[in-house]
Amino acid sequence: MDLTGKKVTLHDMSLRDGMHAKQHQISLDEMVSIATALDEAGMPLIEVTHGDGLGGTSVNYGFPAHSDEDYFSAVIPKMKKAKISALLLPGIGTIDHLKMAVDHGVSTIRVATHCTEADVSEQHIGMAAKMGLDTVGFLMMAHKVSAKDLLTQAKLMESYGANCLYCTDSAGYMLPAEVSEKIGLLRRELDPRTELGFHGHHNLGMGIANSLAAIEAGANRIDGSVAGLGAGAGNTPLEVFVAVLHRMGVEDGIDLYKIMDVAEDLVTPMMDHIIRIDRDALTLGYAGVYSSFLLFAQRAEKKYGVSARDILVELGRRGTVGGQEDMIEDLALTMAKDLGLSPE
Amino acid sequence: MSKKLRAAIIGPGNIGTDLLMKAMRSEWIEPVWMVGIEESEGIRRAREFGMKVSTTGVDGLVPYIIEDDIRIAFDATSAYVHADNSKKVNDLGVIMIDLTPAAIGPFCVPPVNLQQHASQLEMNVNMVTCGGQATIPMVAAVSQVQAVTYGEIVATVASKSIGPGTRKNIDEFTRTTAAGIEQVGGAQKGKAIIVVNPAEPPLMMRDTIHCLTETEPDQAAIIASVQAMVEKVQQYVPGYQLVNGPIFDGNRVTIFMEVQGLGDFLPKYAGNLDIMTAAGLRTAELFAEEAASGAIQLPARG
Repeated sequence: MDLTGKKVTLHDMSLRDGMHAKQHQISLDEMVSIATALDEAGMPLIEVTHGDGLGGTSVNYGFPAHSDEDYFSAVIPKMKKAKISALLLPGIGTIDHLKMAVDHGVSTIRVATHCTEADVSEQHIGMAAKMGLDTVGFLMMAHKVSAKDLLTQAKLMESYGANCLYCTDSAGYMLPAEVSEKIGLLRRELDPRTELGFHGHHNLGMGIANSLAAIEAGANRIDGSVAGLGAGAGNTPLEVFVAVLHRMGVEDGIDLYKIMDVAEDLVTPMMDHIIRIDRDALTLGYAGVYSSFLLFAQRAEKKYGVSARDILVELGRRGTVGGQEDMIEDLALTMAKDLGLSPE
Repeated sequence: MSKKLRAAIIGPGNIGTDLLMKAMRSEWIEPVWMVGIEESEGIRRAREFGMKVSTTGVDGLVPYIIEDDIRIAFDATSAYVHADNSKKVNDLGVIMIDLTPAAIGPFCVPPVNLQQHASQLEMNVNMVTCGGQATIPMVAAVSQVQAVTYGEIVATVASKSIGPGTRKNIDEFTRTTAAGIEQVGGAQKGKAIIVVNPAEPPLMMRDTIHCLTETEPDQAAIIASVQAMVEKVQQYVPGYQLVNGPIFDGNRVTIFMEVQGLGDFLPKYAGNLDIMTAAGLRTAELFAEEAASGAIQLPARG
């Protein structure tokens, strides 16, 4: 693979996808110190939002330590060069949240839907584009559809006004050939001016390989997370990815030693658990299940005595999609009943 | 004179047709007119069912309202045209049951506040949203026992069961449902989440209701209240099922529901649409029962 001379924009997820791994409890100080250090290391884009996006604060997904408003107010004024993005899942967040984020200085809005449901994003993508924002369409669980169907959905988002489209491997299920096929088709068929991105999870250890395949196939934005802090086995670990890109002669504008230090000195010490491919995270990748279900399934295992792996496999079998966290406790209760276990 | 109230259905789409099939079985409502804006499959179906039809919108119905003694109109069109439709029929003394998200009139969730609206002869009532009909009774069941500081619902619906109107304005679902959780459910603050799932075969509508109570939940009273409320909803939606819960975790009360439709015109998995049409019809029926018993006086006609 020869990627020499290619330019990519890296997008850090540790302060948004990482919120899942921290049960949305990252402090304002941690947010500011990590974002500042990433800015210093040359990270061009940093996502800051509740793990489930704007408006994600809920019983269902978890109440965060601070509101998105407070995180934006603390982080954005401290940025010298880095821009801050926010995630929005229609059905959870609304146009009101989008406007709030923009009022606080967010300049990239990423509107996320399940890979077959792009048409719920029309009002949000349309509004973000109208406001002149960097507007990204984010098609989640992209392994669930063919490249052709993904293209159909991507074209919808492009028609609403998205200037960048993502193939999002929410379950960390994809292998490089699938990434190449999907990104390749999007590259050939979408407007050449439309940027393409890839968002990986490391559940099968494929974060780096998949991201390289995406670049080769035409993606120029790659999501990852410093120290891998993210849902499931985490996102593509950015400090590792930067080292690989530098060896391959890809331009990313990042200072490798500085991002290594952010990972080692700031992010790793604040982890609640070591982000690794444990049995349950591996199950996510193997069974194709939404990565943020991990901790919910592990909590249900503790409470109801049903194995997290069994719960995750069943969630996969039932075709659950992002946002269905409520299904986990419901399913655990049903499985416990079927196994003749009494709760607690 | 028949005790039945004669009705018009505006909007011959999936919802309007399902409502028509339910209304044809009703002891209290007699559907007479189906109103569309053009020739369509829905209009043809309605003709086959023996309905009079308008293909020129509500204007085509208006001249016949008095002659055919139409007393109830169901609007299954869109929020954009509802206000206009409602004014035209209200002016002639027709009670409007609004199945769109327009919400000009007060929210109506039958087992919680329909009796009050019927007694006051509200001329326009709004049926909130599908997620609202499925979940607000449960929030109310808890808030009738003790104060609920926060009520949150998650509605998961089959991709095939939500149409382009809802998709284009999904914020309207979350906002309207949240307002209903507060105004009818009795939660001090409401939040609504909708998840669209494309699995095949399509999944049944499922709803999770989380309530945070102000003080420690009175478990026995809440369980009894929830069970009683489930039975009330089952009177008009037999497929309304408590799957798990209520479960209690500190001040959190969580209830897991599934809603299977009757499968009249819409498939059984589309419990979200069925509960709207069933609730709309139930609302009309109570107005008819109240009118028949003399508890309310319908607007006078010559």
